[in-house]
Amino acid sequence: MKEKIGAIKLELDKDLETIKTTQDIVDIKAKYIGKNGCITELTKNMKDLSPEERKEAGMLSNEIKNYATSKILGKEEEINNAILNEKLSKEAIDITLPGTEIVNGAPSILEKVIEDFEEVFMSMGYDVVDGPELEEDRYNFELLGLPKGHPARDAQDTFYVKGDELLLRSHTSPVQARVMTSKEGKEPVRIICPGKAYRRDDDDATHSHQFTQIEGLIVDKDIKLSDLKGTVTVICKKLFGEDTVTRFRPSYYQFTEPSVEMDISCFNCKGKGCNICKNSGWITIGGAGVVHYDVLKGCGYDPEKWSGFAFGFGAERCAMLKYGISDIRTFYNVDLRETSSFDRKEEN
Amino acid sequence: MISLNWVKDYIDLEGEDLKELATKVTKAGINVEAVISNHIDNLVVGEVVDCIDHPDSDHLHVCKVNTGKETTQIVCGAPNVRKGIKVIVALPGAILPGDFEIKAGKIRGEESNGMICALFELGLEEKTEETYAKGIEELPSDAPVGMDAMEYLGCDDTLYDLDVHKHRNNDCYYHIGFAHEIGTVLGKKVKYPESKYNETSDKVENYVSLEVETEKCPYYLGRMVRNVKIGESPEWIKKRITAAGMRPINNVVDISNFVMLEYGQPTHFFDADKLGKKVLVRDAKDGEKIITLDNEERDLTSNDIVITDGTTPTCIAGVMGGLNTEVDENTKNIFIEAAIFDAFSITKTASRLNLKSEASKRYGKGLNYEYTIAAMDRCLSLLEEYASGEVLSGELLHDKVDKTEKEISVTAIELNGVLGMSMTNEDIEAQLDKLDFKYELNGDTFKIVIPRRRLDVEPNKADLAEEIGRLYGYNNLEDTLPEVGTKRGVYVGDVALRKSISKRLRTLGLTEVRTYTLNDEKTANMFNNDNKEVLALPNPMSSDKGYLRLSILPSLLQTYTYNKSRKVDNINIYEIAKTYDKEYKEDHKVAMLISGNYLSNAVNSVNVKTDFYLLKGIVENLLKYLGTSSWSICINLN
Repeated sequence: MKEKIGAIKLELDKDLETIKTTQDIVDIKAKYIGKNGCITELTKNMKDLSPEERKEAGMLSNEIKNYATSKILGKEEEINNAILNEKLSKEAIDITLPGTEIVNGAPSILEKVIEDFEEVFMSMGYDVVDGPELEEDRYNFELLGLPKGHPARDAQDTFYVKGDELLLRSHTSPVQARVMTSKEGKEPVRIICPGKAYRRDDDDATHSHQFTQIEGLIVDKDIKLSDLKGTVTVICKKLFGEDTVTRFRPSYYQFTEPSVEMDISCFNCKGKGCNICKNSGWITIGGAGVVHYDVLKGCGYDPEKWSGFAFGFGAERCAMLKYGISDIRTFYNVDLRETSSFDRKEEN
Repeated sequence: MISLNWVKDYIDLEGEDLKELATKVTKAGINVEAVISNHIDNLVVGEVVDCIDHPDSDHLHVCKVNTGKETTQIVCGAPNVRKGIKVIVALPGAILPGDFEIKAGKIRGEESNGMICALFELGLEEKTEETYAKGIEELPSDAPVGMDAMEYLGCDDTLYDLDVHKHRNNDCYYHIGFAHEIGTVLGKKVKYPESKYNETSDKVENYVSLEVETEKCPYYLGRMVRNVKIGESPEWIKKRITAAGMRPINNVVDISNFVMLEYGQPTHFFDADKLGKKVLVRDAKDGEKIITLDNEERDLTSNDIVITDGTTPTCIAGVMGGLNTEVDENTKNIFIEAAIFDAFSITKTASRLNLKSEASKRYGKGLNYEYTIAAMDRCLSLLEEYASGEVLSGELLHDKVDKTEKEISVTAIELNGVLGMSMTNEDIEAQLDKLDFKYELNGDTFKIVIPRRRLDVEPNKADLAEEIGRLYGYNNLEDTLPEVGTKRGVYVGDVALRKSISKRLRTLGLTEVRTYTLNDEKTANMFNNDNKEVLALPNPMSSDKGYLRLSILPSLLQTYTYNKSRKVDNINIYEIAKTYDKEYKEDHKVAMLISGNYLSNAVNSVNVKTDFYLLKGIVENLLKYLGTSSWSICINLN
């Protein structure tokens, strides 16, 4: 028995050295540890032995069986790896070649600025509203304290569409008038209204007959000018960076009183003076003010009980400053390479 | 244009840096767009102490010129240069108009350390054959050698070019009004000019009577000056009105313009002998005609206001005088009108007749009757002094002006409530003093009277808060946020849908573009799939922007062409915008255009090319995303 096992072991070691393929593994398994394999055969003859001999033979045959199984499985893994490696090396790709270009859908640069505004203002409870672009004279002018024939009206700057009743809105303020009148002076208002507006300007690098305004309005109790300043500071920090400082200068608008011009500290030179801020350290960014008595009254709010502020930013101006664009026509004659180059994740 | 030399007649600006002052004025709310100074460094009065012919030229002279500090050699080509005359000398370093810098050098071998100047070389006269032939300017013999030449000529002025918001352009575009604004900024008082004249015993009522029939003329003051002598204006008046941007014509016309630029009040001078016995102010009749000063026949409408002799129009009120009563070189007797007309009506008439003038603009902004009276007195006084006029006693007056004081009572708490500041009563008093507003403080209540020159300030707390706040300084504003309830902002109505579509299309790889609403007629009508009629602007700026588009697609095609010509091959774009039709109806539309590759890989050419089915897939993806359960796609092959 011992000799027999010794011989099997020798033969197995020899076989293991020569095999190479998966078929060889199958064969070798059959030859040694399969149902009719020579090691399995050993145990079959054990019933003829004496109990002592059987005990010894059992130990020996188990030993050889474990030995054979582990050797064969080890070899099997070795061969499989070799085969896989060979296969891999045969099928290699060049991972340095360019990837397939995935289309990227970019927002228009103006939309990007609008979305910045929306994010900040919606988080402060402002609804985003729009209204008609073919607007009634009443909403565009009259309710905003500019009756027909008023010298401060920009009648010659306005595209009238039908007599003196219907026009292409010259600002987005009529949306504010519409929202206020719809609430009949009973509820507070908190809105921003980004949208298109039109004026009879000849197009050049800084003027456009079609432009985008982002106006906002709050009407509530005890609203004051300093609330406007705080609010403007929040949006300007979002647009131009956390270290941006805002400044108000007195100004005059028909719809607000007091009225202000809103300046931000120059994001480029940080106040030292550069081309962008014309060496002043400050950049004018929009107009605003406390809602005028007559506007509140005209739109159904009691000015003794309610107060508010309104502001207007030019989306084009914000985008020109923020992205260093020098020609306003760029926004309407779109160069797609430019649009996609501005389509980037931003800080804050 | 505001001349600071002129402003100095009314307010003390001694020692003020005028550039800094412009900044202060701008900070207080009146925008000084540009500060223009015609001062020229190193330009002095000199005396020619010696003058000999240039040894190497047939027309040049070599002069020795005393410039105060030294005597220097200058080569001069003017024929009138000679020993003993006083001249204007530009020394090295002087920069003359046209960026012409004077340098020391040699002219045909002779040293020349400057230039002797003609007035046109200093921008004080136009360069013409006549002024050129005149040669260099010869100054009077008493001109002090070494003095700044511009100062000597009285031309060293600083001008402010203002860009004023509409509210303030009634009181900032005349010199006394602007002096008040400077006074407000600096806390100084304004000194009004004195208007003194003698009156004859002859009365204006002996010649003419006044009747005002229209509601649109709340104030009309008429006076008469006889025996005027038309001639040239004195230099100082010419300088003043030239600096402010008007041309001197003759003493009488110049005085009218001077007073308008001083008080903001236009006046009109009629030749009294052509005027007849009566001045009747009334609404014009439709179809009525008048020949104006520019010799044009004008058709009038019932919106216009006219001055008539009782029947025939002699002047379109506030806009232009009639030829029939024109002041000409033979005029002896003048009837002067100082009036206030309805601002809306004047603006409308001036723009209908295309006759906007300095005067009509001022009527159109509103006037203060106190200055109407002051302007009349000023005219009379100047006509007496500079046109030898005899001022008749008596006046013709129509006065329906509401003279109620603009009064308001307000407290510091109320003003601070508008601004969010913490001004004390003392702070408020200081600002009211600067504004030159009259006030009383009783307990904590200010009783304030707003002066009439400030037509823009109404007696309410917001207006007062604005005036006081702008002077106290908005730099005192803190950043606060409104104390209001918290809520989440939402996209209202259509906006929500537009945003969803936009974001989905971007996810699907389309880039958003924006294009123009206004197009030319052909473009606006393209892709008119709903068979609508195009909406045309009644008064377009130009025909290429005369129509409101019916479809966005033509603009997307233009964007395609624009990018294709810039070698962009893969163009996948969309736009969400409104379109319009002749029924004045607005439609919201989404337009898409795809071209080139959707996915591309240049190396292994695994490209997904755009085609109809890709676009259809994008549309279907969008519709599914929006929750549309069924749809049909309609193809228009046009």
